[in-house]
Formats: sequence, structure tokens, C-alpha cells
Amino acid sequence: MAAILDRRMLLAGAGASAALPYLGARALAADPLKVGFIYVGPVGDFGYTHAHDVARKKTQDFYGDKIKTNYVENVPEGPDAERVLRQLAQEGNALIFATSFGFMNATAKVAKTLPKVYFEHATGYMRGPNLATYNARFYEGRAVIGTIAGMMSKTGVGGYVASFPIPEVVMGINCFTLAARKVNPKFQTKVLWLSTWYDPAKEADAAKALADQGADIITQHTDSPAPLQVCEQKGLYGFGQASDMSSIAPKAHLTAIVDNWAPYYIGRVKAVMDNTWKTGDTWWGLKQDTVQIAPYNPAMPDNVKKAADDVKNAIIAGTLHPVTGPVSDNKGTQRLKDGEKATDEMLEKMDWYVEGVQS
Amino acid sequence: MRLKLEPRKASSRLALYAAPVAAIALTMLTGMVLFTFMGFRGATAVFEIFIQPLLQPERWPDIAVKASPLVMIATGLAIGFRANVWNIGAEGQYIVGAIAGTGVALATYDTEGWWVLPLMLLAGIVGGAAWAAIPALLRIRLRVSEILTSLMLTYVALQLLYYLVRGPWRDPEGYNFPQTRMFSEAQTVPNLLEGTQLHWGVLLTLVVVFIAWFVMSRTLSGYQVRVVGLAPMAARLGGFSENRTVVMTMLVSGALAGLAGMVECSATFGQLTPQFPVNYGFTAIIVAFLGRLHPVGVLIGGLALATSYIGADIAQTASSLPQAATGLIQAMMLFFLLGVDIFVANRVRLAPSLTQHAS
Repeated sequence: MAAILDRRMLLAGAGASAALPYLGARALAADPLKVGFIYVGPVGDFGYTHAHDVARKKTQDFYGDKIKTNYVENVPEGPDAERVLRQLAQEGNALIFATSFGFMNATAKVAKTLPKVYFEHATGYMRGPNLATYNARFYEGRAVIGTIAGMMSKTGVGGYVASFPIPEVVMGINCFTLAARKVNPKFQTKVLWLSTWYDPAKEADAAKALADQGADIITQHTDSPAPLQVCEQKGLYGFGQASDMSSIAPKAHLTAIVDNWAPYYIGRVKAVMDNTWKTGDTWWGLKQDTVQIAPYNPAMPDNVKKAADDVKNAIIAGTLHPVTGPVSDNKGTQRLKDGEKATDEMLEKMDWYVEGVQS
Repeated sequence: MRLKLEPRKASSRLALYAAPVAAIALTMLTGMVLFTFMGFRGATAVFEIFIQPLLQPERWPDIAVKASPLVMIATGLAIGFRANVWNIGAEGQYIVGAIAGTGVALATYDTEGWWVLPLMLLAGIVGGAAWAAIPALLRIRLRVSEILTSLMLTYVALQLLYYLVRGPWRDPEGYNFPQTRMFSEAQTVPNLLEGTQLHWGVLLTLVVVFIAWFVMSRTLSGYQVRVVGLAPMAARLGGFSENRTVVMTMLVSGALAGLAGMVECSATFGQLTPQFPVNYGFTAIIVAFLGRLHPVGVLIGGLALATSYIGADIAQTASSLPQAATGLIQAMMLFFLLGVDIFVANRVRLAPSLTQHAS
């Protein structure tokens, strides 16, 4: 009340000068906190970048006019990222989310030169006093869809459209295959590497090639719905990546691993507002609702739905770890003894494939 | 009555230089209309793309850094285009230049010395030239069109890059990420201005532009290139070898693309990654034509293209313009330039309509 009164008095008192009270009012209303995002793909990719942008919008809606979010999409992973990050900082963004692994070196470099701006880098491992990292346990979702794939596949061959052989992707392939082989011990996963996160034409070609090699269920660690569209045409099954893609392939889309970044973004914005922001490494999963499983396709039999739910609930309850021994790699070396669980460190450095993966 | 294009006997010098300006003006105008119809503030967006970066001094280093590889590649291409040698594969030569230089960097890892960086740059020149030598030899020995072979070799270069960064050159401490080690201080093109990406390679580009201008306008070799391009018959009568010109211009354009690749790789990336190629080799073709195949024109054309890149990122945050607008703007520039050139070389006349066809 007092503040409003002050403002009125200021406005009325200034009289002759129009600019001065305007500035005063502005200062009292406090400028919105500017929050920037850089994306590796287009916001319309229906997948990974789309999921980040949905979270950005939710964060904007949550805080209303207290914050102003903005983004730059399709930023190449390299020096362009460095330039765009610096540009966002110069435009007054106090908190900047760099949402792809390949932005790591650029973010680390810029964060060092701009100590007053808070940076958040997704899926990386470089941290600093003003550079935090965050990631989601997507591999938990992979265990759920792997279970579904193992039960739904008739040929016992799954196709995997993959981007780069980094630990993030490798652990997904392994969890998918481990879960599928739990329900069908003969299940094989064929992997094709594309060296890109987003290239609908390449992704579609890869899905076709995998189908030709006998895969009747296809999943992906690339960001466009193109592989799902191929499944829809060929009458195969597939899964959405990062976002619910059922609208694009209603028959083929069994479910999707949905990335829900909003809780994290909202929390980090609050931390900046409260001046309590601290660096760190956050790795949330199904339990924290950062990884979600989209509604199941009605075509899925009830026993498959139940098996998938059981895996999901066991992971949430903490009674099941997707990578539990005995686990051997595809060259025959034993990696985990009976009952031994993979540590986070092991997952973060994973560079071997479990039995059943043909890469 | 119908419209008829009639070749002009001599096109005016003024029209020749006014054409790129007209093309940019038409691009801006069309962009305004297009973006307005797409629901954006069209005029503001176009202002942000073409003008805003020029008004903000903190964006100038960004423009210079972005223009540098474009100008260096386009300078080489322009020399070839003048002689009717169509090297479309500068992107491939750019990649191989970076690969060759990185090879030196990895071989001299842990070695200090002033000679390391020059050796890397030399390797870049040799690598790019060697890659361009293949289409040159195919053309003079087997009469294969260099347009096709140089373009296709780009994809070979890309696969070579992927193979190296995933296999033999992968950083042993890089968590299996497909990228080489970071270059050491001795292997990095030094920075020119703290807090920006501005580096010495930008000055190297200016030197290259000067040398190209000198050679093309003041030496016999330059004259030979121009004559072969303008009047092949006269060149033959005059004793200028067409084959020699093909090889020479291909090697020069390849060498400059290779050098640009190595400078970019060392100065801004600091390592070789799969994300290294960003189509500068193709964009440089637009730059060469925008610059009227003249070294100084290329410099201006490169700055214009670079401004549109930087400006498009500004328009993304300020006007929420999608990133695809960048590609649209660049394509329009080339389209309008080629269109305007038709009117520079021809005059439009009204001619009687052809009502009867003689048989």
C-alpha cells in the first residue's frame, strides 16, 4: 500500500517533467528477471528442443511478468554457441540455460569471463562457481520402453536410430536392450549412428534401413519424429523421443519418454530471485517427474501395459535399477556381477555395449 | 506484344556494382513483407537482421569473426569462377584443411615452439589444395565436370572427419565423446581482443584479400585467369593453357579453403569435433557472387552475409523470428542477385507477339 502511495505521489509531484516519474515508477515496479535459453534444434522439432521450450513457456507462465524468457534456436555446437551465449548475457539475461551437450566448452569459456551471470548446462560435466549442470535419467525411461519393445516385437529385433556414441546415448541403448532381453532373452538391438541430433531426412533413411534389416520396433536418440513416421507408414511400432509424438504417428506411437524440465527451471529461477543460486549437478529421473512416460497406445495389450508400469513403479520406488548384474558386454566380458548395480560414475563414462547390441 | 530480353552490347559499370546493393535492398523489402504476413513485426525484424548489428559495437568483433572464413574461402572461389572453374566443394576442402592441421596438432601434442602453429596452418593449406587437386586432375585428364566431383568429395571429407574423431583421434580423456583433445596454447591462433572471439586469423584474411587483389589485377597470372574465363579462344591463341589455369585456380581456392578451415578450427573451436562443418564453404559461393568475384567486393559481401547471421540471432531473441529466416534471407540474396544480373546484362524490349509459327 505504501509503495503504491509513494508512486502516486511521485507521479503527481513531478508534474512538469514527464520522464522522471516514469523512471521512478519503473524502478519501483522492478524490471523482470531476464532468462535466456539456447537450443541445438528448432523449437518445432517435436522432440528434445520442443520439450525444453515447453518448459520455458511453463516457467514464463508460472512467474508471469516477473520474468522475461527468450531463446535462440538452431545454435550450432561450437563457436556460434559462444557468441550467442555472450550476446544473451549482454542483452541482460541473468540466468542462461545451454540445453545441449555440445555447448559445454563454449558455456564453460563464457561463464569464466562473465562471473555475474548464472549459467546452467544440460547433460555436461564441466562446472564452475557460476556454471551448474543438470540432466535427466532418461535411461530409466529406456528401461520402460525396452520392456514394451521386448514384449511387442515379433521378430525379436529392435532398431535404434542413434546420434553420437557418447555415454548419454550408450547408456540408453544398454538399458533398452537389457530390459527387452529380460522379457525376450533372444532380443537384439541394431544401432545406426547418424552423427547429428536433428536431421529428419537422415533419421527417416536410418529407420527404413533398420526396418529392412528385420527390426519391427524402432526407437531413437535423435530429435525429430521422422523415424516414427516411417514406422507409421510401414505398420511398425516406435516410441516418441523427449515429447509425446502420438499426434504424428497415432498407430505406431506406443508411448514416449517425455522430458519435463519445468520443475527444474522454475526452481532455478526462484533461486536466482532469492539470491540463493548455487552451482551443482542435478540428475533427476522418473521419481522427481523429470522423466515421464506418455500415455500408452490403446493397441498395447494389458499385460504389456502392466509390465511397463511395474518397471516404472519399481524404479520410482527404488527397488529396481535398470542396470543390475549379471551384465556382460557384447564382446563377452562380464561388467557387473550378479546383483551388482551400476553406479552413477559407471553410467556417466559408459563406453561399452551390453550383450545383444549390434553397433 | 510480348517482352523480350536482348543482350546489351556492354553493361554499365555502375549497374554492375549497383546490382548487389539492389539485391540486398530487394531482399530486405521482400523479407519485410514476408515476415509481416507470417505474423512478425516485419520491418523491425529486417532492421534487426541487417542494421542492428552494425549499430552495436559489441557485435562488431562477432561480425569480423563470422566474415573471416567466408571471405577467405570466397576470395579463392572468386578466382576460379573468373576462369569458369566451378569449385563447388570448398566445404570439403575446408574440412580437409582442418583435418590436416589437426593431424599436425595431435602429432606435436606436448611440444612447445613458435613453429607449431605455422606448421598447422601450412598443413591446412596443403590439405585443402590436395583435396581440390582431385577434381582438377579429373577434369583435365578425364574431362569430368569439377562441379560434380568437388561437391561429392565434400561428403567424403565429412565421413573422413567423423571416422577420425570417433576412432583414432578421439580424446582419450573425453568420456568417449567424439572429439579430439583441446589444442594447447601454442596450437591456438591467438586472441586479439579479450572478452571477444576476435583472433589474428581475421587479419590474415585481410592479407589474403590484398594479395588476391594484387595478383588478379597486377600480374600476368591474374590476367591469364581473366582471359581464360572471358575469352577461352583468345586465351588459347594467346598461348595460355586452359588446363594450367584449371589446376592453378582449383589449387588456390582449395588452399584458401583449407587455410580458412584450419584457422577456424584452431581459433574458435580449439579442437576438431563432428560439429565443425557449418556450411561456410557453401555460403562462400553466395559471398563470391555478391562481391562480383572481386577481392574487395568479396570482403564487403562477406561482411554483409556475416551481419545477416549475427542479426538473425538478434531477431530471434528480440522479435521471436524463427532461425530458418537466416537461410531464407541468404537464399533470397543470391536469388535476387542472379535476377538483377539478368537485367544488367540484358535489356527488356517490347516485341511484336508471335502469332504464326513458320514451319
